[in-house]
Amino acid sequence: MKKGLYREKAIESLLYLSGVTAVVILFLICIFLFKDGIALFQKYPLIEFLTGTRWYPTSQPHQFGLLPLLFGSMIVTFGAIVLSVPLGIAVAIYISELAGAKEADVLKPLIEILAGIPSVVYGFFGLVVLVPLLQNMLDLPTGQNALAGSIMLGIMALPTIISISEDAISSVPRAIKEGSLALGSTEWQTIYKVTVPAALSGISAAAMLGIGRAIGETMTVMMVTGNTAVIPGFPDGLFAPVRTMTATIALEMGEVPQGSEHFYALFAIGSILFITTFITNIIAEYIKRKYRFNLGAGQ
Amino acid sequence: MTKKAKLNQKIAFSVLRFGAALVASIVVIILLQITINGYSVLSIEFLTEMPRNRMTEGGIYPAILGTIYLIIGSMSVALPLGILSAIYLNEYAQPGKTKWIIEMAIINLAGTPSVVFGLFGLAMFVKYLGYGASLLASALTLALMALPIIIRASQEALITVPEEYRYASLALGVTKWQTIRQVVLPAAIPGMITGAILSVGRVAGETAPILLTGAAYFLPRLPDSVYSQFMALPYHLYVIATAGTNIAQTRPIQYGTALVLLAIVLSVNMIAVMIRRHYRRKLRN
Repeated sequence: MKKGLYREKAIESLLYLSGVTAVVILFLICIFLFKDGIALFQKYPLIEFLTGTRWYPTSQPHQFGLLPLLFGSMIVTFGAIVLSVPLGIAVAIYISELAGAKEADVLKPLIEILAGIPSVVYGFFGLVVLVPLLQNMLDLPTGQNALAGSIMLGIMALPTIISISEDAISSVPRAIKEGSLALGSTEWQTIYKVTVPAALSGISAAAMLGIGRAIGETMTVMMVTGNTAVIPGFPDGLFAPVRTMTATIALEMGEVPQGSEHFYALFAIGSILFITTFITNIIAEYIKRKYRFNLGAGQ
Repeated sequence: MTKKAKLNQKIAFSVLRFGAALVASIVVIILLQITINGYSVLSIEFLTEMPRNRMTEGGIYPAILGTIYLIIGSMSVALPLGILSAIYLNEYAQPGKTKWIIEMAIINLAGTPSVVFGLFGLAMFVKYLGYGASLLASALTLALMALPIIIRASQEALITVPEEYRYASLALGVTKWQTIRQVVLPAAIPGMITGAILSVGRVAGETAPILLTGAAYFLPRLPDSVYSQFMALPYHLYVIATAGTNIAQTRPIQYGTALVLLAIVLSVNMIAVMIRRHYRRKLRN
């Protein structure tokens, strides 16, 4: 019996160790990322990194201005969200409120496929289909621009937005909807005045996660946005090539000597990215938990 | 119900229906475009031969092999770790600060961009641990990315095992771990397999992390140890689609590579979905 007890304790400790690996990994990511990121600021002032408007990593002297890359990421993400949030919510409403069982059985697997397609395949599709299409249709000098990135990222963010919004919409209690219908509202009035507002926090969590996904996406944007590091104008910058933070890391890391200023600058960008997605994840989770609680209290 | 309200509803519903149709057709267009154009180059030779003539001819065998190595390598780390971690969270951890911190860490790992994982793999595995740009460094990096997916799926599988099973076993005087091993785990295994397979799909398609930790542009030989560099399907597709002088000429090969990658990832996902469906139906009956 005693031997058995000892064994149980040993197994419990092993499981505990596995349980905390996620925390350890996250901690290690912080350390390794920030350590090399901060190393940049021993030679290059932090303020110039954060407010610099030029990204000329190979010229003499080097200029590591984050702003063109930050705005590049922002404009592509902005476009993606403008396209995918309304569309994603519309599809979520359609699936949970209008579609019959058969239609939902077709739509849901299609959306799962969308979630499964690798980002490099999206990038390839964007490059060979969307980019020439945009160039011809809008008569632009190049179809590799922020808009192409926004459209592809918008498509990629759809599955996240649809599935989480759909969860939120279908967990709105039936009693509320029936109350509205009983008062003489049409189905549509019920949807947009009762159901959607009740699901709003879940829907905003979906949008937050969509933003996080779009900011962090690398291969697709790298293949379709043209990768020119200039601060984009607004809104005309949508039709010009841009370079995002993610693409900069992936494009330039192969060519920099380890331990150079440029190398550390790429880690500094990585740190900014990590902090940004960390914050969006926390906010999304916070909204999600709050809304779960609210529904629980209402029932 | 006024006429105007009725009309509004009609318009709104048409818009929603249009949205759903639009998304469905986007999926179908992407799949068809790649399948139709990629199908023509598919052959046994394409799958089993080395690339030739600066990757403008020949097959994609080393890239397929590299991707398989990555899947095996990352799964053999992430799978046991993920399942044990889920067992801890579900069966042992008491609600409280520790559990909350672990769950927040998992959520954040799942939402961390792949290129950041790549940077971490470069700093930790390639540089700090001295593995160099290698299969080992890439597989470990991908294992970390697969971990949150496996943990979540395993947790879901464990939750669906009815509490009565546990009580019945514990009441017979069986210890906690034995209960888990002989009663809970067998019931949860299909769900865990689903999670594992889903994460295989993710591992097979990732590009940015391996680009920073060991994937090679082109190698004349196959990797011969875990410290070798390697070729992999997603990076190969990126390379032949964006670099070189004959991009237009090699388009069929690009489509072929995209199709093979897509086929691997989607069939893996489909298997996972089928297992999940089968299992759910069984639970219901």
